[in-house]
Amino acid sequence: MVTMVMNGKEVKVPAGSTILQAADMVGIDIPRFCYDPDLSPLGACRMCVVEVKGNRLLPAACVTPVYPGMEVDTESESVIEARKTILELLVANHPLDCMTCEKMGDCKLAEYCYRYGVKESSFVGEKHHYAIDDSNPFINRDLNKCILCGACVRACEEMTGQDNLSFLYRGFDRKATTAGDVDYIDSDCVFCGQCVAVCPTGALTEKTMAGQGRRWEIDRVRTTCPFCGTGCNFDLAVKDGKVIGVLSNPDAPVNQRSLCVKGRFGWDFIYNEKRLTTPLIKKNGQFEHASWDEAFSLIATRFKEIKEKYGPDAFAALSSARCTNEENFLVSKFARAVMGTNNVDHCART
Amino acid sequence: MFLIGTNPTEAHPVIGYKMRQAARRGAKLVVCDPRRIDLVDEADYWLRVKPGTDIPLLNGLMHIIIKEGLEDKTFIEERTENYEELKAIVESYTPERVSELTGISVDDLYAVARLYATTDKAMLFYTLGITEHICGTRNVMSCANLAMLTGHLGRPGTGVCPQRGQNNVQGACDMGALPNVYSGYQAVGVDAVREKHEKAWGVSLSPKVGLKIPEMFEAAHHGSVKAMYILGENPVLTDPNANHIKEALANLEFLVVQELFLTETAQFADVILPAASFAECDGTFTNTERRVQRVRKAIEPIPGQANWQTICQMFVAMGYPLNYNSPKEIWDEMASLSPSMAGINYERIDQENSLQWPCPTLEHPGTPILHVGKFTRGLGLFQPSEHIPPGEIPDEEYPFLLSTGRILFHYNVTTPYSGGISSVWDKEMAEVNPADAEKLGIQTGSLVKVTSRRGQVTTAVKVTDRVMPGVIWMSFHFASTPTNELTSAVLDPITGTGEYKVCAVQIEPI
Ligand code: SF4
Ligand code: SF4
Ligand code: SF4
Ligand code: FES
Repeated sequence: MVTMVMNGKEVKVPAGSTILQAADMVGIDIPRFCYDPDLSPLGACRMCVVEVKGNRLLPAACVTPVYPGMEVDTESESVIEARKTILELLVANHPLDCMTCEKMGDCKLAEYCYRYGVKESSFVGEKHHYAIDDSNPFINRDLNKCILCGACVRACEEMTGQDNLSFLYRGFDRKATTAGDVDYIDSDCVFCGQCVAVCPTGALTEKTMAGQGRRWEIDRVRTTCPFCGTGCNFDLAVKDGKVIGVLSNPDAPVNQRSLCVKGRFGWDFIYNEKRLTTPLIKKNGQFEHASWDEAFSLIATRFKEIKEKYGPDAFAALSSARCTNEENFLVSKFARAVMGTNNVDHCART
Repeated sequence: MFLIGTNPTEAHPVIGYKMRQAARRGAKLVVCDPRRIDLVDEADYWLRVKPGTDIPLLNGLMHIIIKEGLEDKTFIEERTENYEELKAIVESYTPERVSELTGISVDDLYAVARLYATTDKAMLFYTLGITEHICGTRNVMSCANLAMLTGHLGRPGTGVCPQRGQNNVQGACDMGALPNVYSGYQAVGVDAVREKHEKAWGVSLSPKVGLKIPEMFEAAHHGSVKAMYILGENPVLTDPNANHIKEALANLEFLVVQELFLTETAQFADVILPAASFAECDGTFTNTERRVQRVRKAIEPIPGQANWQTICQMFVAMGYPLNYNSPKEIWDEMASLSPSMAGINYERIDQENSLQWPCPTLEHPGTPILHVGKFTRGLGLFQPSEHIPPGEIPDEEYPFLLSTGRILFHYNVTTPYSGGISSVWDKEMAEVNPADAEKLGIQTGSLVKVTSRRGQVTTAVKVTDRVMPGVIWMSFHFASTPTNELTSAVLDPITGTGEYKVCAVQIEPI
């Protein structure tokens, strides 16, 4: 452990921490754009600068390790000045359409502008006029809102290993994009959406959530992915009794914020119009809608008849490797306790 | 990491992503797969085994390990039995013979055998590529043999890991949706176990082991099974030899299917009960690491009631009283009957996010690693086997080998109902090697007829060197190309798993 002083208070933090990690541990919020706890440090945006006693430069907290006796001020006058300048430069080249931006309420740029009172920029500059990439069904990409933090590039490389993104071009034209600067649909993208999960601004957003609800109106319901045996956890984003998307969650035990295309974007099958909504009974070869009561009484009559006539082992149940444990337990109990047979199995024998 | 017959970046993507990161951080990666899967790019060794020759490959590696004295003698001595038989059988699997059978060079065999045996921690991963063969069970045992021989078991970072396919295969097994065991793998034939359940459930129970899936359909075929209830599965699309299944279902007197959609299987039903999706039900899933996690209800059930309620109402209609108020109470009953899961309940999962069984008491922290110090059966048993050639191999009439698998964008049969996912990938694209494509005069996008001894389907093709010459690779996600109409009726005699992986076909351009 290292003893140091942060904003005038003595604190003990693990040796080897950066100033930013130390601040997180003791509950001091240092603004950051390019830092992400799950990604390698970049130290590029300089939003996290702090004042360290005895150091005339303002070091970036996310890449500067602590040492014993270090004295840090995270909100000194010069620090605030530096952060305002960074924000003004970003805002000068940012479409200020926050009122219709999907990320409103969860955008770091808007959050820090609010925190430091940056309304408009004293810099007048050229703005980008990139075409919006909505070529694929999952992700909207509006690079006019990109602040070049590089989180998406690192997420694609370090979480998924797809290496689909990198920085292209120089200076004002610098861009975090796909090889050859093509749309996602024409790139090697596997639509895991990791880049969306880490993007601090409205540059990368979930297409399915567009216009469906503000971030603060959404309830998050933690659940487990129904698509494969990895067992990723994520939150279903629910608004007014309707699922509008999937948001990944850093404390998921298996996967943290990583998901794959199925988990992140496959959930819309629940609203497929072909979903069955009432019981159906086949009459003369045709399915007809029936009430639950009709269905259960027919089932009971026929199952009883067959059991009586041919014995319990004339019945067999197939349970499901897609359904919950509780449902599987009930199906096996139904076969055994009600029908009197051990003829129960499930489809995937792997 | 030793991967055999598993394609993690497509079948279990997030596990695959983590393996890729591990390989890039310096972990050694060996991929045994006839197909050029994505992780081949990260691999130190790619063993492109001929389909159906996994046992000779594994035997060959063990042969070299024993010949070079690289086996873990202490582990074999203290923790295993039947080593002598293993030694005798692998004796004849010389590198030269194995190279001939599998198509792997002798040098690679030596290199991989030495690497696996001398690495401090090695994990072996397998999945359907290994089990969906006539010799599936033998394949799995051979994987276990290799791990035991080198002592790569029962410590962190070691082990033999079956990558479970569907989200809750593990849970369905754990819950006793198997013909021979109750929940927690308690055998139906054991009197004490049965009596415990009889007391809890207030009925007398059958001691007779039930039918496995293929036997059920066989029995339906010849008329000894008359009625079935099928929950959330679509065997007509996913089982090998689909035509046989269809005939079996048509032959039933009464079929109840509980499903989200009017699937190919549901078409055969007399009564269909609408099912609720994972977003509409409370419950738990158990992942491939035996990790129990919560499924939480986010929206009201679209058919008006949750699946557990529907199943409970069937009990009641049959005159068996039930009064669960929630899935939590169902779990608690199961846990009270299953010693290995007795310590897991919803409160603990909510607090700890997840728990891995065995977890016998409320104080127990759960068990991330099995077989520490001792195997479930005491000593680890070596069960060596000889090479078993696939049940059906290409011949003049059916010159191609059909191999099947999963693709990333789909998960068995639900994802085609996702609008987004199906708009990106909406039809079967069978993979054919460029050399074969040239001979057949076809290109990516061409339509072909694929015929086996059991059926015929039409599919578009993709020309790629991911597959070997002489092999055609297809998935089974699409109702418009029901691949399983082609696959083989040959079953693994031990588990009854269908041989989905290999069968002989002919290809004709249309
Ligand atoms: S969706 Fe995934 S693969 Fe595609 S660019 Fe983003 S991180 Fe990379
Ligand atoms: S797209 Fe988002 S994550 Fe990527 S560099 Fe721009 S702001 Fe950062
Ligand atoms: S998100 Fe992908 S990898 Fe994770 S459980 Fe779901 S399907 Fe599997
Ligand atoms: S957060 Fe530290 S430099 Fe970007």
